[in-house]
Amino acid sequence: MNGSTNLGATVDFRRVTKRFGLGRGGPAAVNDLSLTVPPGEICVLVGPSGCGKTTSLKMVNRLVEPTEGQVLIDGQDVAQVEVTALRRRIGYVIQQIGLFPHQTIADNVGTVPRLLGWPRERIRRRVDELLALIGLDPARVRNRYPSQLSGGERQRVGVARAMAAEPPVMLMDEPFGAVDPIVRERLQNEFLRLHRELRTTVLFVTHDIDEAIKMGDRVAVMQQGGYLAQYAPPSELLTNPANDFVARFVGADRGLKRLSLMTVGDVKLSDATTARQGEAVQAIRARAAAAAARHVLLLDADNQPLGWLQVERLPAEGVADVGGADPSSPVFTGETTLRDALSMLLGSAVQTGVVVSPSGRYEGVLTLDSVGTALRAATSRVTASTDGASSGLATHEHSVQP
Amino acid sequence: MTAGEPLIRWDWVLSHLGDIAQRLGEHLVLTGLAVGIGFAVSFALGIWIARRPRLYAPVTWVTGILYTIPSLALFALLIPFTGLSLLTAEIGLVSYTLLILVRNIVGGIQSVPPDVREAAVGMGYTPLQLLWRVELPLALAVIIAGVRVATVTTIGLTTVTALIGQGGLGFLILDGIQRFFSTPLIVGAVLSVGLAVVADGLLVVVQRAATPWARGRS
Repeated sequence: MNGSTNLGATVDFRRVTKRFGLGRGGPAAVNDLSLTVPPGEICVLVGPSGCGKTTSLKMVNRLVEPTEGQVLIDGQDVAQVEVTALRRRIGYVIQQIGLFPHQTIADNVGTVPRLLGWPRERIRRRVDELLALIGLDPARVRNRYPSQLSGGERQRVGVARAMAAEPPVMLMDEPFGAVDPIVRERLQNEFLRLHRELRTTVLFVTHDIDEAIKMGDRVAVMQQGGYLAQYAPPSELLTNPANDFVARFVGADRGLKRLSLMTVGDVKLSDATTARQGEAVQAIRARAAAAAARHVLLLDADNQPLGWLQVERLPAEGVADVGGADPSSPVFTGETTLRDALSMLLGSAVQTGVVVSPSGRYEGVLTLDSVGTALRAATSRVTASTDGASSGLATHEHSVQP
Repeated sequence: MTAGEPLIRWDWVLSHLGDIAQRLGEHLVLTGLAVGIGFAVSFALGIWIARRPRLYAPVTWVTGILYTIPSLALFALLIPFTGLSLLTAEIGLVSYTLLILVRNIVGGIQSVPPDVREAAVGMGYTPLQLLWRVELPLALAVIIAGVRVATVTTIGLTTVTALIGQGGLGFLILDGIQRFFSTPLIVGAVLSVGLAVVADGLLVVVQRAATPWARGRS
């Protein structure tokens, strides 16, 4: 923080293999894994249980040592770094959180800074800053014990504790796996927002493909036996699965999943015929006739939509008024995902949604047709880009992340 | 006991207050030494075997055997070597604390949730830091519970050491038995029980003060 823009490090797996068992003769948990996580990105390792995703993660902070190969952070082999010093530079969040039950929230969050020997006052300031950042009131929670917080709050504290010493790399092992779906979604969104500010490099393990698609700038799909099946941005994973395993893993509904990667802002909006509150009905009727429109969107003086006027039902004379307007159509912003937008469109009577700016001003309308057009365009774009690149590592941007 | 004699003669108690206090003091010292030494030995043993699960069974086996030897027999076995001495008394008393204390120290350390341990190691705690800052604080409640049991047991057991001339409240009891005089016997027994109750209560207070996180859960 404090204005630092890119404190993420590059994480490199170079031909990493891990076998367990005596004499290391056992089957490989991770098999010849090579992948590069660019600085500041979220890389999600996803796959069924037993695919080696957690083992891969733990080889970064040396809770597990590779049998063959190297893991590099910013070009430095982690095996060459003193292990406690290495771990203090890497944030670590696990599913069960592992907060220290005998320490207050402030002491928990200040763990790594304390290990690093920061002055007491600096730790205190950092702790308060982090608690505020994760949306907890420092004055309220600082001196509480973990058992006095809710599950969602504890999970946030776990994330804050991992970020305390501004690590260039964070490892998160199913961090939101133990909370209910509503809290999970909130925590995911909060973390994405935090990450946009902090830009640390994150390796994130989950078995949930939806979570992987939502959180990842890149997703590494692993399969049984510790093989990397595909490493690509989520949109490419959904459009161009590398093999049958990936196709099955991302699911038959992968076309629908892609909707959650795109936002209303990605779609070319249509224009509706509009009318101003207080405008004469004759003028409105003439304009609707010219556009062959049966409905007209009524706006107030500030361009904020009030509702739809049905042209047939307009009074013979007088002025347009909000009383005759039907406000039932869904309203979106550019940030709304196409998945949510589509769902709302299907559920509404008019199947036309009004798109407004963050300040609520009318920008255009979204229809089922325009969603379909945008999806088809995105598909052909992704296909073209992967056909051009011989490696599986495509270069185009993940569309959710600005 | 003579018929018509009251169960307790208060005039004897009042005229022997100094004597009684001395025996009580001896009893405290004998018990304190036994629990203190027993704790030190158990602590070292416990930490040593907490990370070496294979040693746990043999160590509890040995301490368990010690625990089952009748105290009179143990003293009788030791007298040829160490005589009627404080050392003899303490060897016996310390032996009986080991089983309870080792078990609770190891159990306490092993009861630390694996996720807490993993988080600590993953954040860069050294093994020593893990032990002192995480494992022992979290094991404290179980360890103190062990000290409570050991203390109460030892207070009762210490009365036997009067037989090898080490005083304590057992001296009063023995005196009463030998003279068919119930007053010192009752005074010794009641004080021994009272001491156990008070010591246990104090340790409960210590336990609560030492584990503030276990209170006020919401």
